[in-house]
Amino acid sequence: MIDPSSPLARFWDEFRHNRIAVGALVVVVLIMLIALFAPLISPQNPYDLATLVLTDARRPPGFVGSKGFTHWLGTDAQGRDLLSAILYGLRISIQIGVMAGGIAFCLGATLGAFAAYFGGKIEALIMRIVDLQLSFPAILLALVLAALLGQGKGPLIAALVTAQYAYFARTAHGAAATERSKEYVEAALSTPLSPRRVVFRHILPNCLPPLIVVATVQVANSIALEATLSFLGLGLPVSEPSLGMLIANGFQYMLSGRYWISIYPGVALIVLIVAINLVGDQIRDQLNPRLRR
Amino acid sequence: MSEGGSFKDMNQIITVENVSKRFSPRLSFGEKIAARLGSPIETRTVHAVDGVSFAIRKGEVLGLVGESGCGKSTLGRVIAGIHPPSAGAASIDSAPVMNAAGRKTTTRIQMVFQDPFASLDPRIRIGETISEGPIAHNLVSSAEAKAYVARWLTAVGLPAEAAERFPHQFSGGQRQRVAIARALAMQPDVLVCDEPVASLDVSIQAQIINLFLKLRRELGLTMLFISHDLGIVRHISDRIAVMYLGRIVELGPTEAVYAAPQHPYTRALLDSVPKFVTDADELVSFKPIEGELPSPLSPPKGCHFNLRCPKAEARCRSERPPLDEQGGERAVACHFPL
Repeated sequence: MIDPSSPLARFWDEFRHNRIAVGALVVVVLIMLIALFAPLISPQNPYDLATLVLTDARRPPGFVGSKGFTHWLGTDAQGRDLLSAILYGLRISIQIGVMAGGIAFCLGATLGAFAAYFGGKIEALIMRIVDLQLSFPAILLALVLAALLGQGKGPLIAALVTAQYAYFARTAHGAAATERSKEYVEAALSTPLSPRRVVFRHILPNCLPPLIVVATVQVANSIALEATLSFLGLGLPVSEPSLGMLIANGFQYMLSGRYWISIYPGVALIVLIVAINLVGDQIRDQLNPRLRR
Repeated sequence: MSEGGSFKDMNQIITVENVSKRFSPRLSFGEKIAARLGSPIETRTVHAVDGVSFAIRKGEVLGLVGESGCGKSTLGRVIAGIHPPSAGAASIDSAPVMNAAGRKTTTRIQMVFQDPFASLDPRIRIGETISEGPIAHNLVSSAEAKAYVARWLTAVGLPAEAAERFPHQFSGGQRQRVAIARALAMQPDVLVCDEPVASLDVSIQAQIINLFLKLRRELGLTMLFISHDLGIVRHISDRIAVMYLGRIVELGPTEAVYAAPQHPYTRALLDSVPKFVTDADELVSFKPIEGELPSPLSPPKGCHFNLRCPKAEARCRSERPPLDEQGGERAVACHFPL
């Protein structure tokens, strides 16, 4: 069991007093579970072309299809059950968001912490590159990279990581510069321990709180960024539709009254991103001593 | 200016030769331009330690005293290999403490810090805090680490089970014992103690001081004991060095210096200590030192103490007094020693 006086237990104790944040956390966890078990709970495999019936295409929500089950959210232009497509789309969006966020976290935090540790020219070089990148809109950079690297999960994640590691590097650098001057780091230097050990075992673990805040926001951002890229046709191939592509697919039918093809994936995307951001906001407020009551 | 040169032939373990440590503010390009245009950005360099030379003898406790801000902690950190000196070098048995790249090359000098709440990594268990250095330097294998940690915890008066706990589960005095165990587990010859009891309760201070004395006796440690508390330094030190604004102004056997200080600053420092006097005739007679410590950003020319010194003359304002031997193992940096 967790020690009741441990920092984690105290953190949770404070967290659960904010009902909105707890609600958002429940939503996030629920969506994660749904995405994880999408193949088990969705009525149709939207990637299996054999199960699609073209005569069922663009049917409104509640339509009972030729396969005998109800399309609760309607069907899209290929006759795909929209609910199934959204569940699978969430799965891909979350997968890409978490992977891109995770890689950007590791890369950015390492760069930022080493920059703060060594100082001098190394710090100047790394942080100037980071500053340069932060002065561009992330979407612009991701667009150029996605266009250069081509389609597919790997290139897409690479584009997202390149666009986002700078946020982690900046945060890690600030936090690590503070930790660097603390006596426990001086103690490690006087032992002496290797720079690698000082950074990874001592400095970075103590920089985690602000990095976790950035991570929650950045996972939400990479999901949004991925959706944007897919919407613009630069993301994943058509065979693996993420939420962004589902929205793009329905876009042309909006004015003809077939709102559901775009709206429902959009709602799913918004709920996910808002929920992650609400959780992130609460964590940030709790970790910011100035906002402490 | 190698003032400590005359101690060379003695039984010395640490040699500090002409060490200076300057801190320049790290200005960005924009800040440099702003400073040029007259915005109030500090561009001057702090001379924390200014051309200091002395030696520490094998097995002694050398007390380093001075007001806060005089550079004694910085000097301690240069000797412990945390800060590379801006000029000069500290060495142990003729081997430099740091290499040219600014990395410490010896494990023979370890350090105990002032604030035991800051000097232990809050996220790491005590056992790992103590064992990581010895494992990294092959003093002990990972398999034997647990027993090794237990041995050192016992040596500093803590139960072996403490290894499983985190720093926040300990009191200040207990944490300082952990910090001492961490330093000693590296099996050092020299221990640099930077105000190790200043942040502890008075009742705990005595326990920790006694622990230092016991460990010194048992392990034959050499110690540099940095403190602003003249009473504690007198109790623990064989010799003392008095520091003022980045320089050592007086050095000598503890009792001799306390009995008859030769530098006006040492005299003023000793006079400023409030004393409990039992004899009613000799009632409370402590005099604070006049004036304040000048900023190390712009130290006065010549002797650094000349602004506050009752005996200062023209020569003191132009010429730096060297740390000269006065006979009887004493040295003083003053043109007109008392």
